[in-house]
Amino acid sequence: MNPTPLKDRAAIVGIGQTEFAKHLEPSEKALACRAIAMALDDAGIAAHEVDAFAAYTMEATDEVEIAKAVGAGDVTFFSRVGFGGGGSCATVGHLAMAIATGQASVGVAWRSRKRGSGPRPWTDTVNQLATPAQWTRPFGLLRPVDEIAILARRYMHEYGLTREQLGAVAIACRNRANANPAAIMYDRPLTLDDYLSARMISDPLCLFDNCLETDGALAVVMVSAERARDCRQAPVYVHAFGQGLPAQHHGMVNYWNDDPLAGPSWIAAKQLWKHSDLGPADVDVAQIYDAFTPLIPLSLEGYGFCGKGEGGAFADDGGLELAGRLPINTSGGGLSEAYVHGFNLINEGVRQLRGTSTNQVDGASTCLVTAGEAVPTSAVLLRRD
Amino acid sequence: MLKPLVDDDGAPYFAYAAKGELRMQACANCGEVLFPPRPMCPRCQGMEFAWKLMSGRGHVWSFAVPRPPLLPDYAALAPYPVVVVELEEDRRLRLVGNLVAAEDADIDSVDPATIEIGQPVRAVFREIEGLFVAAWTPDE
Ligand SMILES: [Zn+2]
Repeated sequence: MNPTPLKDRAAIVGIGQTEFAKHLEPSEKALACRAIAMALDDAGIAAHEVDAFAAYTMEATDEVEIAKAVGAGDVTFFSRVGFGGGGSCATVGHLAMAIATGQASVGVAWRSRKRGSGPRPWTDTVNQLATPAQWTRPFGLLRPVDEIAILARRYMHEYGLTREQLGAVAIACRNRANANPAAIMYDRPLTLDDYLSARMISDPLCLFDNCLETDGALAVVMVSAERARDCRQAPVYVHAFGQGLPAQHHGMVNYWNDDPLAGPSWIAAKQLWKHSDLGPADVDVAQIYDAFTPLIPLSLEGYGFCGKGEGGAFADDGGLELAGRLPINTSGGGLSEAYVHGFNLINEGVRQLRGTSTNQVDGASTCLVTAGEAVPTSAVLLRRD
Repeated sequence: MLKPLVDDDGAPYFAYAAKGELRMQACANCGEVLFPPRPMCPRCQGMEFAWKLMSGRGHVWSFAVPRPPLLPDYAALAPYPVVVVELEEDRRLRLVGNLVAAEDADIDSVDPATIEIGQPVRAVFREIEGLFVAAWTPDE
């Protein structure tokens, strides 16, 4: 039996995205349809050929509505991954599995969100105070940023992570956004002084440690590697895929493991590299989920780009900049392009491997894309011929 | 303020807290102490539990200091520290809670600038809308 039956068997052949803004008029449903239509057009594939959909939770529109509106044919595979931002890359992974195993032939994954103009999920106290939250939220750990601030302070204490290093993460993303006209922060440079003097949101995390709140939608179209060779765009293969939900995990407030600073990305990474011909040293560029700056050094450690506790130092001296050790979030990421629950990182990974990024890494042939660290997560390793 | 949501697994915790006791769920079969509470012991799959009295002593594992935008009741008291305390009995038993100057003080009663990771704390019990939960005060 082929030990890695998923490897390079499916490819992303189309990408689409709406504009990103603080407020867009159309509904989430309409934005989703637009992004999917653009992705199909990019791929040169007719909507009636679509027979698979993948999405992740906190998506307003379901597969039935989407399939009906965009004109999909009979659908034979649909999946929805849990845990919000941890599911972005799993949509691509699930479609790759469906295509590789013959459950589907043309898959669409999408994300549509109106977080810029809509309410923030944490203000919905009726639906948010679920069983796991009863042990944290009543004490005022209300928002995701508060939950991550606890980890960040412990990280600082244990490994000497500094605010300057977190600032370097935010600035690397902003510098990429400053060259990407599609980014919300295109015309807004960020200096270390700006970062260090910004107001605190949940001490030790300040305004610039937080992602944007954005309206927008994105989609990808996937087919088998065989079919991809005849498509309009150069194929971007799903080389490897991993998901991770660590033993004794407890959502984003993962304070009950032996080591809460080794989060879900460690599990997803183990799975990803096990099924890959490549290792961290072979990755040319990475799109790392950045709802909050500390997720990036934690993820760098989890995916094996540096040792435990070294993620902050990795960001020093321009390590994450375009000419650095590992250029990241080359469209600006969630911190500075748009926060669309990490799906913009997938589209940017595809652009890097097509050679069409506004911050192109010369000769990039492999790109790691990750979903949210701290929550049950996922990642894909993309590559080109 | 948000009120803890009591389910079958956690109900004994709140019943003991109302009596001023910090007790943790312990497997009646293998003795594993669990937090947060759950219906089955992950070590032996036992479903019978005792509730073990803890010393109420612990150390600050980490803390955050939220500032607005927050829900209105919390914004009125911000900035306030939220601590994660690891219990003396087992460092993996960590509880999120409030650090307060005294049992009856508000959640903003300890200056965040005075808090240090590792500092000793001890449990006191505070009411949140009819339910009692452990909170923490600096322990000299
Ligand atoms: Zn047991």
